[in-house]
Amino acid sequence: MFALTLLAIMLVAAIAIGLYLKSASVIQDKSIWSLLFSSEWRPMKGNFGFLPFIMGTIWVTLLAILLAFPISMLTAIYLTEYSKPVVRKFVFPALDILAALPSVIYGVWGVLVIVPWISQHVAPHFVEFSTGYTVLAAGIVLGVMVIPLLISLFIEIFSSVPVELREASLSLGATRWQTTKKVVLRKTIPGILASTVLAVSRAMGETIAVLMVCGCVIGIPKGLLDACYPIPALIANNYGEMLSMPLYESALMFAALILFAVVLIFNLISRIILYRLEKTEK
Amino acid sequence: MKIARKKKLKENVAKLFMWCAMFVVFGLVISVIWTIFSKGCKAMSWNMVSKLPGGGFYIGKEGGFLNAIVGSLYIVGASTVLGLLVSIPVVFFLNIYLKKGSKLAYLARLAFDVLFGVPSIVYGAFGFTIMIYFGLRTSLLGGIIVITLLIIPIFIRTMDEATRNFPRDILDASFSLGATRWETLKVVLRQIAPGIATATLLSVGRAIGDAASVMFTAGYTDSIPTSLSQPAATLPLAVFFQLSSPIPEVVDRAYAAALVLTIIVLLLSISGRFITNRFSKNKV
Repeated sequence: MFALTLLAIMLVAAIAIGLYLKSASVIQDKSIWSLLFSSEWRPMKGNFGFLPFIMGTIWVTLLAILLAFPISMLTAIYLTEYSKPVVRKFVFPALDILAALPSVIYGVWGVLVIVPWISQHVAPHFVEFSTGYTVLAAGIVLGVMVIPLLISLFIEIFSSVPVELREASLSLGATRWQTTKKVVLRKTIPGILASTVLAVSRAMGETIAVLMVCGCVIGIPKGLLDACYPIPALIANNYGEMLSMPLYESALMFAALILFAVVLIFNLISRIILYRLEKTEK
Repeated sequence: MKIARKKKLKENVAKLFMWCAMFVVFGLVISVIWTIFSKGCKAMSWNMVSKLPGGGFYIGKEGGFLNAIVGSLYIVGASTVLGLLVSIPVVFFLNIYLKKGSKLAYLARLAFDVLFGVPSIVYGAFGFTIMIYFGLRTSLLGGIIVITLLIIPIFIRTMDEATRNFPRDILDASFSLGATRWETLKVVLRQIAPGIATATLLSVGRAIGDAASVMFTAGYTDSIPTSLSQPAATLPLAVFFQLSSPIPEVVDRAYAAALVLTIIVLLLSISGRFITNRFSKNKV
């Protein structure tokens, strides 16, 4: 049992080391600096600039969080502070469904609903022509995917605030909303931040759904209606071709390493904050 | 008076926004489910789920996607069993052998939470490098290994949550009667059975829907694998590959496959909630 536990802990290190060893050759060949900040992507010539993909990931992730955060926050507040148990009986199963649906299903939904909507109704107001496969589409789909995660994290945090604090505020004549704003939210700011970081890291790694709606055009997106090409999509799209060229394979593994490193750091920070909060309550 | 009215107004505006947010969430659920079902039901037929892809399948001729259904079941079945075998001992170790507040338990929980957050594409890339290292090609075995790695953190964290609230008194009672740790495990096992069941359903749902990791490792094929070293098709990849086809019949199959996948996942999710509601009543 001890060995199994240890082995599982070591898996984190194993992934990091494995990916690093694989990407070592491209890191030696180019410098990390040029890999991260050059935007020239020509695998056949041996030029690997990840900037377009990194920017794509940042655009899509930020948009997803911007869309999902207010919706999740308001829903979570309603469910913990306002609603009767009956409402929860309906909402929780709906959230369960949203959380359980696989990435590829969201991709299909995005292709069938969001992409046509953008190309027919949104894009014509701003640009001449758009296929709909854009940053906006990827952001919306990804936003929907992180909503259940954010809501469940928020609910957990809000319910950790002692009832006495709310009662104290209410008994002084504050309304529910004032209590929520000045007591519950103020008390849970660190938790909210940590949960959001966690959702960001989840959104960053989503692959298939984003791959299906992002357009996959290499270039730094300049607006919401540009196509983009996030890192996970890059890895998934090229896994077949890369075998023919060792340096190409190494570069894609470097992409996976970037993703892993960022997600690891984000996760560690937010989890440690959340653990601390959990402890102080008790 | 004025202040009171302002308070009331703010309260109502806030409520209105919350209602809107809830409405959006409900709308999204309905939109996703309706899209998949309406498209899928039109494309669905018995042939789809009972036949292998025939010749000319990808230009719209005969056949179904039984290969993907069976491939998914193989991979998910095997990795669920492997995952349980690894996670149950770890959960027991964390909760019963280790004392409360132990450093190792803290570190282990942190590690599993982090692993839980690692994107499946990274698992896929990592699994791929390992397979190359051992000289394996894309195969059923590769898929099983990667999916097992992917679901172990989910297993452990979900079961751990269920076991953590476990009353220590029961342990003390059992020990005081002269039971060994091993015998006490059986008592615990009975208590946390619903937790294990929920964790299993959750992991199966995640395992069956994951496409990015099996893309690298299990590959794709038109036949049902007969040995561990052959590649295996999976449902999410069947959806993904066929959806991008220009031929309408093939795209229809993607919708049908998406419907099958959605139904499986919904059943798992519903039974998960049912088990938690039903069996947690009997818990001490």
